[in-house]
Amino acid sequence: MQTLYLDHNATTPLQPEVLEAMLPYLRTHFGNPSSVHWAGRRAKQGVEDAREQVATLLHCRSTEILFTSGGTESNNLALYGVLRAMRARGRHVITTAIEHSSILEPLRALANERFSLTVLPVNNEGRVNTDELSAALRADTVLVSIGLANHEIGTIQPITALSRMTRDRGILFHTDAVQAVGKLPVDVNVLGIDLLSLSAHKIYGPKGTGALYIRKGTQLAPLLHGGPQEREKRAGTENVAAVVGFGEAAIRAGQELETNVARSLELTAQLRQGILRQISGTFLNSPVQACLPNTVNIGFAGATGEGLMMGLDLAGVAVSTGSACAAGSLEPSHVLLALGRDREAAKSALRFSVGKDTTAQEIDRVVAILAKVVERVRAAAQL
Amino acid sequence: MSDSRMQSSAPSIEHQEFQHPVPNPQHPKRVLAALSGGVDSAVAAALLVEAGYEVIAISMLLAGSAEGREGGCCSIDDFQDARRVAEQLSIPYYVLNLKEAFRTRVIDVFTHEYLRGRTPNPCLLCNRDLKFDLLWQRARELDAHFVATGHYARVRYDQPSGSYQLLRGTDQQKDQSYFLFTLSQAQLARTLFPVGHLTKNEVRDKARSLGLKVAEKLESQDICFVPDGNYARFIEQQLTTSRQSEMKAGEIVAQDGQVLGSHDGIHRFTIGQRRGLGIGGLTEPRYVTRIDAHSGQVSVGRKAQLMTRGLVATGVNWVEPLLTSEVSATVKIRYRHPAIPARIIPQDHGRAEVWFQQSYPAVTPGQAAVFYAEEQLLGGGWIEGAL
Repeated sequence: MQTLYLDHNATTPLQPEVLEAMLPYLRTHFGNPSSVHWAGRRAKQGVEDAREQVATLLHCRSTEILFTSGGTESNNLALYGVLRAMRARGRHVITTAIEHSSILEPLRALANERFSLTVLPVNNEGRVNTDELSAALRADTVLVSIGLANHEIGTIQPITALSRMTRDRGILFHTDAVQAVGKLPVDVNVLGIDLLSLSAHKIYGPKGTGALYIRKGTQLAPLLHGGPQEREKRAGTENVAAVVGFGEAAIRAGQELETNVARSLELTAQLRQGILRQISGTFLNSPVQACLPNTVNIGFAGATGEGLMMGLDLAGVAVSTGSACAAGSLEPSHVLLALGRDREAAKSALRFSVGKDTTAQEIDRVVAILAKVVERVRAAAQL
Repeated sequence: MSDSRMQSSAPSIEHQEFQHPVPNPQHPKRVLAALSGGVDSAVAAALLVEAGYEVIAISMLLAGSAEGREGGCCSIDDFQDARRVAEQLSIPYYVLNLKEAFRTRVIDVFTHEYLRGRTPNPCLLCNRDLKFDLLWQRARELDAHFVATGHYARVRYDQPSGSYQLLRGTDQQKDQSYFLFTLSQAQLARTLFPVGHLTKNEVRDKARSLGLKVAEKLESQDICFVPDGNYARFIEQQLTTSRQSEMKAGEIVAQDGQVLGSHDGIHRFTIGQRRGLGIGGLTEPRYVTRIDAHSGQVSVGRKAQLMTRGLVATGVNWVEPLLTSEVSATVKIRYRHPAIPARIIPQDHGRAEVWFQQSYPAVTPGQAAVFYAEEQLLGGGWIEGAL
């Protein structure tokens, strides 16, 4: 069976060039970057080259890049690290209702540790209003964390405008850019933020590594205590080969950005129009303007995303719906509920996310397969 | 015990035993197989794979959140076990999220029934109102012709009558046909019970011979959403403060009307219950003989006073379509009880009277009365009360 992958927001395939860059560090350069001898120096060089490569992608200094185990750790480190370090100044933090669980869950846990949490609402396209942020700021606010682009519907937030409100007041701004990096130009100075999370496996790099950008001078308490790695902010021997792969993936993401954005826009337009025109009872959950170029989220009236996803999977098509719980079953998306969709509508959604290897022929095939699956699932619900 | 225990090799299994004669032109062999994480459903799926079916494995998340739950069913461990079985069999595996439907169609009904002084069987409610309906809906969505489960029961197509028969599982100790009395002819036509003709030992042997990781797994007896078995406390937890008034307190009275004590709610009692009555100092044990939902009165009596001559059943489903007149059969009034001889008199509006050959104790409203002729399940209904 010919398989078709339209779930690039979940993860992307490792690029062959990235694998090539990693292999010497798995085969030959086995050293511990903390060792002062030849073996350590060789490994250290790989890590530091990668740090410069990631810094280049974000337009920051390499000393402002801290490697982590991925997006979730970067988000946890930003939130816990800042709130603990700034505790004496204030205990209030602000986020939005549509953040990834690796933002919302740590903040809920912190709210139980006598930190005060404000969750901003979003409009029906998932966008945060600058006035709402302005109104939520308090004297004891120390951190605002708002994602650059939403993982489920693709909404891009006006981060530059939002961060302008916090800057003058000395409030730190963190953005989860895990979905944005590689799909949008990301420049930490244009965004005006203090911390930014990113992940390697969303940009055709390996799983298990990511980074946190920390503007120079930002106070941060470590999560992992131990050795002096990563400027004493993240103890533990570096995942050298993965970090090297991350660096290679970052360089390529920067070089290919324009091409990929243009191609993605064409493919998602084709997909969006194909579905909305050829399949009745469909509605767009993603915004038309200011949306990730590769992401389309669509609802199917009278069907469940769960049933559609299974039908597509059995036909070889990988897409995503909601998020899986610990048992592996799907929950209605908290993002769509926050947009004001009712539970039925939220449960009927599918997320399609194209990648740089997706073709126009594949989009046509997906639309054709989807039309059949939707018809069958709707008919089954009628009986 | 069967001889299979003595055999060193796996028992030979005739796939014909569970093959239906109705082919589906599109996907003649696509089956949706429910996996619970236990050994029976794992072997059922394995047998289907061996027989050449295209098997899609499904687990159902029913009770609350599986997060952090240990033991019982619907624990994360069970889903993990089911997933590993599907991986071993190289079949796709999905977990259906049925939490909302389970809450409204099973847990709320279960709670309401207890508050009415009845003793519901949530597994029966789940099979009737949730599990099979949703499995068939998913089967239709996925173009699967059959649904398969690991129940110990059998389906037979009767050529002369053109109807499907539901039979007890071959293993008399494990027979689970009691839980399936609500199935219709249309449902039976599309249901496979691949382990129905095997004994539990044969199932375990088969699991071992296939190297299935769940071969030695113990089975859970508890109601899946009440893992500690304390129903009364569970029901009290269901009632928010505004609904506390729904708890029906009252007196505990003897057969002669003498008041022996009081209680906090009829949901704490079931017919035939002996323990936890809160009445001491009596020489002979007392049992709950009657629960009056209106007055909240709970009657107790000696064992002899539990005996009844029969019962009235409602919502009767006749699996065997021909039965409309009185029939001599056997009846099971609880899953773990033996089938006892009785006369069954079908009546209008899905009612039936069941007259026991000899009087029998503890007829419990809310449980099912299931009728058998030898190994064949004729039908069944919900116990309304004693005759």
